[in-house]
Amino acid sequence: MPAAESYPDELRYHPEHDWARVDGDEATLGVTWFAQDSLGELVHYEAPEAGMTVAKDSSYGEVESVKAVSDIVAPLTGEVLEVNAKVVDAPETVNDDPYGEGWLIRIRMSDTSELDALMDADAYRAHVADQ
Amino acid sequence: MEATLLRTPLYERHVALGARIVPFAGYEMPVQYEGVIPEHKAVRADAGAFDVSHMGEIHVDGPTAQEFLQSALSNDVDRLADGEAQYTLLTNDAGGIVDDLIAYRLGHGQFYLVVNASNRDAVYGWLKEREPRGCEVRDASDEYGLVAAQGPRSLERLGLDDAPAFSHAMGEIDGIEVMVARTGYTGEQGVELCCAVDDVVRLWDAILARGVMPCGLGARDTLRLEVCYPLHGNDITPETDAISAGLGWACALDTDFTGAETLRRIKEEGPARKLVPFVMEERAVPRQGMPIEGGGEVTSGTHSPMLDQGIGMGYVPVASATPESELVIDVRGKSRRARVVKKPIYRKES
Repeated sequence: MPAAESYPDELRYHPEHDWARVDGDEATLGVTWFAQDSLGELVHYEAPEAGMTVAKDSSYGEVESVKAVSDIVAPLTGEVLEVNAKVVDAPETVNDDPYGEGWLIRIRMSDTSELDALMDADAYRAHVADQ
Repeated sequence: MEATLLRTPLYERHVALGARIVPFAGYEMPVQYEGVIPEHKAVRADAGAFDVSHMGEIHVDGPTAQEFLQSALSNDVDRLADGEAQYTLLTNDAGGIVDDLIAYRLGHGQFYLVVNASNRDAVYGWLKEREPRGCEVRDASDEYGLVAAQGPRSLERLGLDDAPAFSHAMGEIDGIEVMVARTGYTGEQGVELCCAVDDVVRLWDAILARGVMPCGLGARDTLRLEVCYPLHGNDITPETDAISAGLGWACALDTDFTGAETLRRIKEEGPARKLVPFVMEERAVPRQGMPIEGGGEVTSGTHSPMLDQGIGMGYVPVASATPESELVIDVRGKSRRARVVKKPIYRKES
């Protein structure tokens, strides 16, 4: 079942519809409810590999629905510690649970000051309302 | 340039059903309601309804209509009896495909063509320009509404008796007069229903009230690709000939239609490349325009909801066109393996 629209308060958001959950110098990244709803049911996750570096504002992978392909933009710079294999096997997990089981990668942040540039949930909700 | 998009009479219904609307062939059309995958599966398992009112309808009538269509269309019109229809092509001098269409014989000297929305003007113009004495070509697209109901339970849900594929007859659904054609674009049992334009909203409501799921263009595309029906503009164009496209079966090469001589020669010499269906051997979704190693190109690609893998069609050199041939597709810079398969890509387990 697709998830209901939500933008959890504890996350940080990038305008390209990506979120980050910060834990010390690590962060878990994914795409927002809005992103998965715009794409429709996901059928493919072209994931980066552990050990690669992802750069803030640059694409680190792709998600595809039947009709469309979308770059996944990194909200933060860092080294990929883990790729969510569950989403590689079952991309629709992102539709079902975009902020939980549907996370995409876990990184070690290179520069925690980058967090200052991200939006809080209220700012992101306003951003989505403008789309 | 900003062109004004047209709407079918069902536009308000699509919006009310929560459809996502996209521009397609000059119309604002529903690409999906609930989602491409659930809609696709509804058609494979039960029944789905598609608004195809954007398609063009052309009447060709008169004592010379049959002879004229025999010279203009690739298939053998003379083989059609009243109440029968056939898949056919309008070809140019090079054997290229101006449009693929269905020709219905309504009666002696009375024919009705259903053509692709994006080619409506091209087909009408082509035929009108060559219209002989004793024959009238008339674009009646704005007079009709067209709804397809497709799926193994579609006939039962609509209270229609089964009939041979490509047959048609007048009938009614909940009091609405329709021409019922046993045709479609999904590979499933089903009908295409043509009614007066003023009746199409009532027809649509009646079909949905019978538990048929509304389906958008997204599912229409994945359904047709799973069964390898070509899409004009993608897989077949005025620059691709009917033999290379694997549509020789729709060309009566012993008749003298436009381009027949070229097509006879291509068939005799053998085409340099062929349109083939393929499945991805690796996780990836092929898309139109992606290069195929060795000089080919993907013309249609998607993710198959039934097979849960990437599928597509593309032109490849004949040496790579036989089933089981390995292909390598350039998926945005990454090489991904695919395998040529027999048509159709998806076949229902019986």
